[in-house]
Formats: sequence, structure tokens, C-alpha cells
Amino acid sequence: MAQKYSLNVNGKVHSVDADPDMPLLYALRGDLGLNNPHFGCGVDQCGACTVHLDGRPIRSCTTPISTVRDAKVVTLAGLGSPSSPHPLQTAWVEEQVSQCGYCTNGWIMTAAAFLRDKKKPTEAEIKNALAGLKCRCGTHMAILRAVKRAAAMMG
Amino acid sequence: MTKIEKSAAFSRRSILKTGGAFVVSIGSPIGLDTLLGINAALAQGAKPPLVPGELSSYIAINADGSVSAFFGKMDMGQGLHVAVGQMVAEELDVPFGRVTVIMCDTASSVNQGGASGSTGIQTGGRQLRVAAAEARRVLVEMAAEKIGVSADQLTVTDGVVHSKSDPAKKASYADLIGGRYFNVPLEWNKQIGNQLYAPGKAKPKPPSEYKIVGQSINREDIALKVFCRQDFVTDISVPNMVHGRTIRPPVAGAVPVKVDESSIADIPGAKVVWEKAFLGVVADKEWDAIKAAHKLKIEWSNAAPPFPENASALYDHIRKAPVRMRKVEKENGNLDEAFRTATRVVEAEYEWPFQSHASMGPGCALVEVKDGQATLWSGSQKTHYARDGVAAMLGMPPEKVRGIWVSGPGAYGRSDAGDAAMDAAVLAKAVGRPVRVQYMRDEGTGWDPKGPASIHRARAAIDAAGNVVAYEFASKAFSRLDVFSNESKPHDSLAGQLMGVPLKSGDAFNVPSETYEFANKRTLWETIPPLLDRASPLRTAHLRDPVGPQIHFASESFMDELAAALRIDPVELRLRHLKDPRDIAVVKAAAEKSGWVSRPSPRRDQTGDSVTGRGIAYAQRNGTRVAIVAEVDVDRRSGKIWARKFTVAHDCGQIINPGGLKLTIEGNIVQGTSRTMWEEVQFDRKNVTSIDWLTYPILDITEAPETIDVVAINRPELAPTGAGEASMRPVAAAIGNAIFDATGVRIRRVPFSPDRVKQALS
Ligand code: FES
Ligand code: FES
Repeated sequence: MAQKYSLNVNGKVHSVDADPDMPLLYALRGDLGLNNPHFGCGVDQCGACTVHLDGRPIRSCTTPISTVRDAKVVTLAGLGSPSSPHPLQTAWVEEQVSQCGYCTNGWIMTAAAFLRDKKKPTEAEIKNALAGLKCRCGTHMAILRAVKRAAAMMG
Repeated sequence: MTKIEKSAAFSRRSILKTGGAFVVSIGSPIGLDTLLGINAALAQGAKPPLVPGELSSYIAINADGSVSAFFGKMDMGQGLHVAVGQMVAEELDVPFGRVTVIMCDTASSVNQGGASGSTGIQTGGRQLRVAAAEARRVLVEMAAEKIGVSADQLTVTDGVVHSKSDPAKKASYADLIGGRYFNVPLEWNKQIGNQLYAPGKAKPKPPSEYKIVGQSINREDIALKVFCRQDFVTDISVPNMVHGRTIRPPVAGAVPVKVDESSIADIPGAKVVWEKAFLGVVADKEWDAIKAAHKLKIEWSNAAPPFPENASALYDHIRKAPVRMRKVEKENGNLDEAFRTATRVVEAEYEWPFQSHASMGPGCALVEVKDGQATLWSGSQKTHYARDGVAAMLGMPPEKVRGIWVSGPGAYGRSDAGDAAMDAAVLAKAVGRPVRVQYMRDEGTGWDPKGPASIHRARAAIDAAGNVVAYEFASKAFSRLDVFSNESKPHDSLAGQLMGVPLKSGDAFNVPSETYEFANKRTLWETIPPLLDRASPLRTAHLRDPVGPQIHFASESFMDELAAALRIDPVELRLRHLKDPRDIAVVKAAAEKSGWVSRPSPRRDQTGDSVTGRGIAYAQRNGTRVAIVAEVDVDRRSGKIWARKFTVAHDCGQIINPGGLKLTIEGNIVQGTSRTMWEEVQFDRKNVTSIDWLTYPILDITEAPETIDVVAINRPELAPTGAGEASMRPVAAAIGNAIFDATGVRIRRVPFSPDRVKQALS
């Protein structure tokens, strides 16, 4: 049965009534109206729903809301803004990466955590860090250019 | 720092907020001066009817002098709206930033066919180009009257019409018409869709005067996407909306015979919608709808399992199946005679599986019925047709239904987005509230319309001197049109078929699009009936470059087999028989840029488990020419192929936006590689078993090519043709030919998964 949960998302605290097993994704999209993470598969296979939980990229489609507790959730909108963009957001625009853009959230959120921890990564390290994420439009070449560009900006 | 330009103009929300028709604002009332003279004849305060024969249906000058271009096609992620905006800005002589292209809202654009066959620029852009040219002509005429200078003495700079000799004599577009509407008829050819053409009296500019066309202008919507400032179709919601989910049968063709609604009684607001074989649920909260769809107790009819036992058995089925339609597309010479007298005959057969759109997000749509009107929000590629289909489902006249396209997860033809629209209509009608449907992943991959599986037979006759004297190419396949390329008719949707409208499978396939000349040549296709004559997870429809990849995999692999049989270089064989100079040019350009060294395949100088090879393939597509050289690494032990490098020579006539073209080609090559290396819809006797990314794998970033080199041949003097699909079609053959070059082994069935390659090599 529904219970009350408090969620810290992008620095703001929200209260949500939900089943304990409801994935975080539906709280973010349905209850908070944050459409940054997307539903792609619901089974942990594509990354479209990725958000940061205490800085760690997780797949919100399979993360029950009851397990989030007081962890800090950051979504793509919380990562940066037009006036203060994350280097990956800048690089995505400069490299004109997205086609449909439905996958963009997963790549940027996953790459952001990777680049924070790994300075000057090699191409192979980048590819391995992003393995498993899906882009059906096939923008992989531009994704790699953008991640490399962002890595250079982040020193 | 990244700057978002025009975010307000492009925000889908701002368009939605207007509620009614999205039109430019109506300016001040018409004064006496405009009631008299030419201005009144050409401009008016009220919007003329939205019909293809009116200039106002394509171009409006807003009160501030900005330009709205109303476009009946949409961008599916290749930046089409930017290219079309460039064409409009160019003809109107306004800065690019002043043009906003408003795509596919049935309230503001006429039916130009939606996204279809890579015609966005070829026919859609062509129409906007002539409309913009006509708008400029009319504005110059209006200015001539206003400032008393004859039209031939006037020119336009940045939206200001002025005298060539005295720039002080001027009138801006905003002064002339801003906020009012053109009242100018066009010569409409009475077609709608891709064929719609309605020029005015003006002739578009000669390419030598282009300033904006030909520039690599960036898309503005990428910033909106990375900063979460733009809604996808999946993000649209309206007050009082419920979430819908559909439930598909465990055995394809089975229908529900008993549905126990009490099994979901504990889920707040959950309701069942059951009509004939259509079964769905709705609930206020999305998670509740998902749970209800899982939990609902259903008894299904005993349906005979309709499919062959697995994907491999499929090809035997195709071979044995009765031919429903046979069409010889091209024939010259006396083929039978040539084969009878041949010294040698080379033959081969190729196989291509069913493939899925497997969009990044499963199909989604929202339908609202309110006050005798209905609205559809959809990512379908055919907004106008989807509107018609939804109207039919709702039992309403199409004029009472507004279709609004909202960018969704990438679609590559007639995807599940079209079915979602129809399902949302059925559910909304049943529950009397707006319904948003989004499929789950298993439906997105398992139940979307599929690209057809096929077999292809090719043979060639060789005479004593080693010349190819005859060539025959025949495909036998499921039609590409079990459901039509749009969803305007209920029988072309899952919902319609489930509710009892019989499937109307059409017959269509194709033959290779090339200009090889042989003294005796025949190309033909045959279609076979679908595996299931009603709502089927293996029903076919258009999937990016419909039937192009399968046909050219076969035909261009065969050209290589022929070259190998004759022990000549594969580029050389093609050049010997190609007739079209632009075809020859792309083949040469790809070979040259890739550093092609002339020699027959396979190479025989490699030992060990890691070998490399190169392969070429070429094709035409509706006027566009592409040649691709693929370079691959093969690991003989694991069967793993890495398509490491592609060199693509591409000629689509006049290039509008070189940067956008390059990215479009890259996407085609990567998606084409994915389809070649991994993609095959799996099924068992009962149903499709490819239901997620594990059971329908696609190319991973760790397998992405190292390099894609694009040689874009620009022909400004030629009309632009499409780039959205052409470079996908030769990819599989280029890779297969490279594997043969590396290993001497020919793989004639896609996909080239490691298991299959390993088996072929052992
Ligand atoms: S939607 Fe969560 S991983 Fe695909
Ligand atoms: S851009 Fe469409 S899925 Fe990646």
C-alpha cells in the first residue's frame, strides 16, 4: 500500500505517496514532473532513465523508491543549466550529438560520473565506461567526440 | 558558455499552450490604405483557409518581421527543420535566425506526407523553397507600390526591400505585411503527401547566389534537449489524463475469452477496456497502469501457434511459400538463351531476417476528446494520416481532430508510434478521459511492425572470354506492406485488427537500384503471404530504407562474388559495368579516399587468427548515389568482427547543410552496421521472443567504428535528393565483402553475429 516518501532531488526536498516497489523513475516523472530521465526499457538495459544517487549513476527504472531514503538524487536538469552548463552539455551542443535525443540523458549522466572520477581517459576507457548504454539512432561517433571534448575541458 | 537561441519559439509547450490553431498573431485592423491598391489584394488580416493552394499555408511574416514556415513534414533527428529553414531564409533574403519552421501540426500545416522516404528536403523542402521565393516576389511587388519604385529596381537585404540605387527608399517585410497573411494563390498540383507541389510565379534563386544554403548551421534543439527544456511526446500530459497500457496475447493470434476485472480491484482507479480482441487497462498513475496490466487475470483462446519453429526455419518457409505476386521490374536481352550458352554460371542465395524498429523508447501517444473535438499528440511520422486514423477510431470527422507531432524516441518508418496513437484513441473513447499510452519494452520490440525477412537469388552467365553476359536477380520475401506506411486506416493498426477489421496486406518489394549494364539482364521480386492474417507481431511495414538493406546486401555481395570468380578487382568489375557517371564518380571517390589498392579478393597474404579485409558496395536511392568502402578486423577464433573504418562517398545533388549531412550519414552507417552485425528478430512457434535489448541486441559503443570518412560530393546545380536512408543500404554488403576479402569465406546470411561467423570460418 502507498506510503509517504521524502525525496531530495536537485537540492529540493519533495514528498511523494507511492507503493514501496514503485521505481524512482515514476516518482520523478509522474509525481515531480521532472521529465529528464526517460523510460526506455524498464529492465536495466539501456540507461535512458539514469540519474545520480549520491553521485553514482543508477537506473531509476529498477530502483524502488523505498530504497532511495535520504540519498541525494540529481537529474540531467540538476547537472547544469544554460548559464552554468556541465562540460558534457556544452560538448553535446558543440558536437551536435543528438538525433532524436531520447538516449541523451543516459549517456550524459553516465559519462558525467565517469569523467568526474577519471581524468584524461583513453578512448578505450571511455568506451568501456559507456558500454551497455543504447543509442538506437546510431550517434555513437558523435557521442565519443563529445565525451572526449568534455574530458579535455575537465582537464 | 552555451547560448540557447529561440528557445521560446521552439518550445513545444509554448505551441501547446495556445490551445487552438497555432497561427501568427493577427496584427492591427486593416486601414484604409491597405484596403486600396495592391497591398489589399496580396495581404489580409484573417487567415485564408489552410489548403495547399495558398501561400499563407507555408509562409507567414510575423509582426516583428520574423518568419514562420509551416511544414507538413518533420525532423526525425537529422536536423531537417534547419535545412528547410535555410532554404526558406535563402529565398526570402532574411537571416537564418529569423525563420522558425513549425512542423506537422494539422492546425497549421498542410499534409506534405510527414517523414517519408527521405523526401524531407527532396519534395518537402522543394515546396517550402518555391513558397518562400513566391513570398519574396510578392513582398517586392508590395514594396514597389508602397515606395513608388519599380520592382526590377528593388532588392532585398535582411528582410528589407530597398531601391538598388537609393537604399534610403525602403520598406521592411514587417512594414509590408507583418502580422497579416498572404492572400496569394499557388498553382497546386492537386496532390497531397510527398507529391504535393504548389509553386507560385517566382523562380527560386540560382545556386550561385546562395549565402545560407550550403552552410553548416547547427540545430537549436540539441541545447533544448541537453538542458531538458523541450518535451518529448512521452512528456506531454493534460489535466484529467489517465495512463493506458495494452495487453498482448502470449500466443500470436489468441484472443481473450475471460477477463477477471476483480484481479485488479485493489489497484486505485484501474479499469479494463476489452473490445473483441483488444485488451487494455487504464489508471490514474502510470505505475498503477503498469501493475494492472501485469496483474490482470486473463484466459486466452487456444490459438494454433502460427510461426515456423525458429528464425532459421524461416528461410525454408519463404522458399516453399506460395508466391502471392511476382513482378519483373527490368528486363533486357534474352536471358534464358544467354544462360543456356554460357561457359560458366555463378550463382548464390542470400538471406535477411525480420528486423525491429526497436525504438529507444517504446511507442507513445496521447488522445484527448473534449467538447466534440479531439486532439492527438504523437511522435508518429505521419501526423496528418495518424489524425485521420484516430478520427476513424473515434468515429469523428477528421476536421474535428487535431494532430500535433511532438518529437519522440527515434522512429525509422512505420514504427509502433502509429499503433500507440490508435490504441490511445480506443482507450480514450472507452473511458471518456484523455489517455496517454506508452508501451513497455517487450511490446516496443516484440510487437512493433517489422522490416520483412527475405531471400535473394542471383546468378550470372560468363562467356568463354570471361565476360559477364547475363545477370538475374530475384527476391522472394514477405511484402514490405502488411500494414501501410501510415496509420490512416484502422486495418493498418494493431487496434483496428484486434477489433476485427481484417488485415489488408499489400504487395510490395523492390529490386536493386543500380545502373549495371549487361547484355541480358532481369530483376524481379516475389511476395509471399504473411505468417498470420491478423494482428501479428511479425506483420511487416516500412523500416528505414524499406527493403533497401536486404536487397543491396544480396546484389552487392553478388557483384563481389562475380569479381572473385573472374579474379578481378571488385572496384574494377563495378566500373566495367556501371553506366551512370554519378555512380561511377561515387565508386571512384570512395575507392580513392580509402586508399584502395587494385587486386582481386580475397587477399591471401595473412596468417594467424587476426585478419583484416576491405570491401566495397554501392547503391542508388531515389536519385542519391552512395559507395562505401568498409575495412574490418576479423578474429577467426571468436568470430568477432570489428567494422573498423568506413569511407562513404555520397552524392545527393545540392547539399543544403554539410554538417547535418555528415552526421546523418554517420547515423546511417552505425545503424546499418548494427543491423548487419546483430539484428535478427527471434521467435518460436507461438510468438516473437525478441522482447528487449538482450534478446534483440544492437551495436554497442565498444563496437563502434574507429573512423567514418565522408566524401560529400556537392552538385549545387542539381536538385537535392534524400540523405536520410541512402547510405544505410550498401553497409551490409560492404562489410560482408570485407569479411570475404579477409578470410576467403562468404557469409550470405545477416546478421554476422560471432557465432555465425565462427561457424562459417570453421
Ligand atoms: S529505462 Fe532504465 S535502463 Fe532502460
Ligand atoms: S539519439 Fe536517438 S536514440 Fe540516441
